Amino acid sequence: MAAPRVAATTRQQNQLERVLVSTLAVIILLMFLMPLGYMFTTGLKSDAQMSDPKAPVWWPFSQQTFTYNGETFPVYKVPTDAGVQHLAAVKKTRAATTFIDPANPTAGEIVWEGNWRTLEPVYFPDAQWQNFVTAWNELNFPLLFRNTLIIAITGTLGAVISSVFVAYGFARFNFTGKNALFMILIGTIILPVQATLIPTYIVFARIGWTNPFLPLIVPHFFANAYNVFLLRQYFMQIPRELDEAAMIDGANPLQILLRIIVPNSVPALAAVSLFHFFFAWNDFFSPLIYLVSRPELWPLSVGLQKFNALYGREPNMIQAGALITLILPVAVFFLAQRVFMQGIVFSGVEK
Amino acid sequence: MAEVLTQRDAGPSTPTRVAPKSRPGKLSRYQTRWAWFFVSPWLIGFLLFTLIPIVATLGFSFTNYSPVTPEATRFIGIQNYVRMTTDPKVATSLLVTVRYALLAIPITLGFGLLLAAMVNARSLKGQSFFRTMFYMPSMIPVVAAGLIWAGVMNTQTGWLNLGLEAIGLPAPDWLNSTFWIYPALVLIGLWGTGNLMLTLLAGMQGVPNELYEAASIDGAGPWVKFRHVTLPMISPVLFYNLTLMIIGAFKYFDMAYVLKNGTGGPADATLFYNLNLYKNAFEYNLMGYASALAWVLFIIVFVLAVVLFGTSGRWVYYAGDGKK
Repeated sequence: MAAPRVAATTRQQNQLERVLVSTLAVIILLMFLMPLGYMFTTGLKSDAQMSDPKAPVWWPFSQQTFTYNGETFPVYKVPTDAGVQHLAAVKKTRAATTFIDPANPTAGEIVWEGNWRTLEPVYFPDAQWQNFVTAWNELNFPLLFRNTLIIAITGTLGAVISSVFVAYGFARFNFTGKNALFMILIGTIILPVQATLIPTYIVFARIGWTNPFLPLIVPHFFANAYNVFLLRQYFMQIPRELDEAAMIDGANPLQILLRIIVPNSVPALAAVSLFHFFFAWNDFFSPLIYLVSRPELWPLSVGLQKFNALYGREPNMIQAGALITLILPVAVFFLAQRVFMQGIVFSGVEK
Repeated sequence: MAEVLTQRDAGPSTPTRVAPKSRPGKLSRYQTRWAWFFVSPWLIGFLLFTLIPIVATLGFSFTNYSPVTPEATRFIGIQNYVRMTTDPKVATSLLVTVRYALLAIPITLGFGLLLAAMVNARSLKGQSFFRTMFYMPSMIPVVAAGLIWAGVMNTQTGWLNLGLEAIGLPAPDWLNSTFWIYPALVLIGLWGTGNLMLTLLAGMQGVPNELYEAASIDGAGPWVKFRHVTLPMISPVLFYNLTLMIIGAFKYFDMAYVLKNGTGGPADATLFYNLNLYKNAFEYNLMGYASALAWVLFIIVFVLAVVLFGTSGRWVYYAGDGKK
């Protein structure tokens, strides 16, 4: 007798839980997307709307105007005897405003007693798509993009190649001091960049390397802890029997790495490449320090920050610029999300 | 981690058997040579870009080096360190950093747990959709994210305050108040909880189902299961993230710089330790002094890491199956 009732309550509880969890998830999702909505709509707004406190804020709008006898007049919502009418103000004074009806301009002028400033303007949705073109040009996006790509691609190559070597060394060989070295390697994860920053900066500045990108690229050619850790974990899952078979065929360790390990680690290599690419795309501190006085070499991060310093009073331009710089990483993330998120789990949890 | 290594390496597949001609000594020398060859990129990099610079930083910290007048560089003993004790900016920056950490870490960890538990819940339809969408903001570059949030938190046209006003809540001037700037930074940081969510989620998925079943038989509800099964089982992941976050507070720089254009305002409320160091080194050209700041930072981080890992046994539960 009691059993069905218990089952019913459990089912009800499950139903309730499902509704609660889903509602919460949707609320958080909306809160996460809200800033992007703000960015997108603000990026589409006109300068006039940005400085108009009466304009609605949730969508790009422009004030309705009406052209009469070659002149353009703003349209307001005017309370008249016949209800609220949308009329164009042709003559504004403090005490009275003269309107004409855009729907029926030949009917002549309508005089309304009262201050026109108290009237509400009529708006219509009007997205300024050309803002993105303007921001693109003002940012000098092609140049910033080129600089970012140079830094990111060469850095990624260096980071992946060097990390593959080091990870293979730690995954497949025994040597004295290996564990201690590995602990030091992992320890460098917590090391603050600033602890090594000043001498490194002085040396780079002193050498005066002809290519100022080098300080942003060269250090990545010497492997880093995250990449090595992730790749080593992955390499250790590849059966040693494969190595041994190749060894019997006379392959040396380098050939084993290139013929066995690398082809069997494509997802891990892809994850590491993406990580570094986005790290370089996102990196702000190093280019700020090394390239701040060379605008022609700025990557997107520094370029956008300086753009903000310059256009701080034009929020629509800032948001359009922000959108331009985030679209590629976000798009790539959606395309490569599986590889990407698996990589994070792999490098984050196993520790 | 060390255990993992030894276990793997003590495996049966050491290649001794496949190279019959070599004597063991010769083989191991061959192996060792290759091993050093492969590890050498990192070793060289570690020497060039980590070890030597750290020691050099210590050296610089005893001088008055300035890139503007390098010829006037003198050894000044521990003057830089003495100066730190009386420099009000140092005390301020430490206070700012600690204040932020105390607020940000519990909230961020709690929020990360909430997100992970949600996308792990069987009762949520479209788990992988939500997982992807919750992670997505982490991909937004820090400068763009900072500028977007600066707009969202704008007191006139920002959507955050319009929303708060609409539901009758107070709408603070987030970025210009010495009080509200910290909640603002924490809120912005929540946008980047993706990594935390994913690692916690993976930890949660690793908890054996039998434990939950056993708890159910004992009459445990969802909260009790979460508190007494999930939390202890994922404590290593929590601890790892906690460590990174504590140390991360001392590395905090980008967002504070972007939001306030590197001024440290309002009234030094975003003068994080690292921003103060940056200003000394690159704005005031006091690189000797900045080196001292950097070394103290290094020591703080090192001590924190040692203390946290040293006491980890007290609050972290490691399953006794040799996996950890």
